[in-house]
Amino acid sequence: MRPTGGHLLLAGGLVGSYLLNLASDRIDGYWLHIITLVGINVILAVSLNLINGYTGQFSLGHAGFMAIGAYTAAAITMFGGPKLLPLLGGSGSAMAVGMLFLMALVAGGIVASIAGVVVGGPSLRLKGDYLAIVTLGFGEIISVIFRNIESLGGALGLNGIPLYTNLFWTFGFGVVTIYTVLALVHSTYGRGFIAVHDDEIAAEAMGINTTRYKITAFVIGAFFAGIGGGLFAHQISAIDPRGFTFMRSIEIVVFVILGGMGNTVGVILAAVLLTILTEYLRGIGEWRMLMYSFLLIVLMLTRPQGLFRWRSGRRVKSAATPTVS
Amino acid sequence: MTMAASNSLLELRKCTMRFGGLTAVSALDLEIGRNELIGLIGPNGAGKTTVFNLITGVYQPTEGSIDFESASIVGRKAYNITEHGIARTFQNIRLFPSLSVFDNVRVAFHLHLLSGLSHALVRGSGFLREEREISEKVMELLKIFRLDGHADVEAKSLPYGDQRRLEIVRALATRPKLLLLDEPAAGMNPTEKVELMNLIRFIQDQFKLSVLLVEHDMKVVMGICQRVAVLDYGQKIAEGTPEEIRCNPKVIEAYLGETNA
Repeated sequence: MRPTGGHLLLAGGLVGSYLLNLASDRIDGYWLHIITLVGINVILAVSLNLINGYTGQFSLGHAGFMAIGAYTAAAITMFGGPKLLPLLGGSGSAMAVGMLFLMALVAGGIVASIAGVVVGGPSLRLKGDYLAIVTLGFGEIISVIFRNIESLGGALGLNGIPLYTNLFWTFGFGVVTIYTVLALVHSTYGRGFIAVHDDEIAAEAMGINTTRYKITAFVIGAFFAGIGGGLFAHQISAIDPRGFTFMRSIEIVVFVILGGMGNTVGVILAAVLLTILTEYLRGIGEWRMLMYSFLLIVLMLTRPQGLFRWRSGRRVKSAATPTVS
Repeated sequence: MTMAASNSLLELRKCTMRFGGLTAVSALDLEIGRNELIGLIGPNGAGKTTVFNLITGVYQPTEGSIDFESASIVGRKAYNITEHGIARTFQNIRLFPSLSVFDNVRVAFHLHLLSGLSHALVRGSGFLREEREISEKVMELLKIFRLDGHADVEAKSLPYGDQRRLEIVRALATRPKLLLLDEPAAGMNPTEKVELMNLIRFIQDQFKLSVLLVEHDMKVVMGICQRVAVLDYGQKIAEGTPEEIRCNPKVIEAYLGETNA
């Protein structure tokens, strides 16, 4: 099998994440925290972009998937860790911790993607605003469910989650998320997602099973949201249901809209910039949210197609050239 | 005009479609043979597009049966019917506007893909070979229809006539046995209409398929169809060769009014 550009990107990204992690001792703790948040937000934004951007199914439930991943992964490392670590090679071994964490993250992703099937179901019948409201409700339901599960800490949430998240896991999964979405979309199979976004009736007429595509988008998007949630839980060590409400979903949707729906590079840049901006604006206290909202309004008025959409240049140029065959 | 059963590709029997109190199509019998070019005409609101939507699974008939290659397609989903070999174009063009001309056709090839989601992720040599083959086939098709120069252009920025042609190309990419064209001449000037007629004949010949053509323009329909069926108020009032249809008093009445008959 000959490696392609995508394979090289994936391998390079993973090696880069590993090297970056080795250097993390030299990074100031505050910045390390922000950089990790950036990575997690990139995972969330890029995965939501598959659902909202490429497939055009406006979901407001990403925080719900994130919560499921966070709680699942945290429960595995907290409650399962003491039993599993000795089996994997002892709690002192970095390898054992790594394996436990990987298992916990992937399990969180899988449980979240099962929830993705459940939410994807109604999306077969609903479009636009209606779907947005259903997914919004889903996110809130998840939050309420976790608030009422006493064994998972109820309203107080889980505390003392081991701090396993580091730059390798965060950026490693970031690279995997980006690769997955790009590899999918850049294939004949994956163009079907965009076809569903553009015109469902025409897509069906071309033999595309739109239902299947929508559920697939939800399952993959939810999987990586779950991973992002797991990373988040093991980054801040304490999670509670209030951290995964509607506002969190909106924040991720904003990354996608500002980056440009269905534009992975733009969405990544938006996630990076906005995460840093939010931290930066922390200095001005209460004015922060005001500033943030103001910026959003200005950006939406001036660049409704997203901050980073530059593809149109090619279109104009080639459209002006007459056919010469 | 009867045909041997073995030659029949699509067969509608006593097909009725009611929307509440309105009967859009009433007990319609229609047969389309292999490699046949049939026209379906009728005044506005006669039920032509409803017939299309019945055949392509957008609507389910209230009564009656629809058989394609001797198997019932009633109750099948639209994508499934396309899989079985019926492709269509739309009265009001429905391309994928944000995809390029190339990708519009490429998407339609997905029915014949061996590789799916997992292959797209692994990107092994088999996947890459298939993608290359599809690329070549797409370009081949685009070249036949003189759209290859616009391959990278977003579909929505194509001129109107090209969009109509692209829609036909996209339908052909699903490799249909039956192609349904819904008013392809709408909005075209006389020169474009002549080109369109040549194009449809060429497609029928080259791709060895049957065509069901819904069209308002009599010149186009009479010029290329082997057989014409006439709908009025959901009922078939006549069927025959273009010559027979042209002098059928019922048809003249429906189209021109009694006084002119």
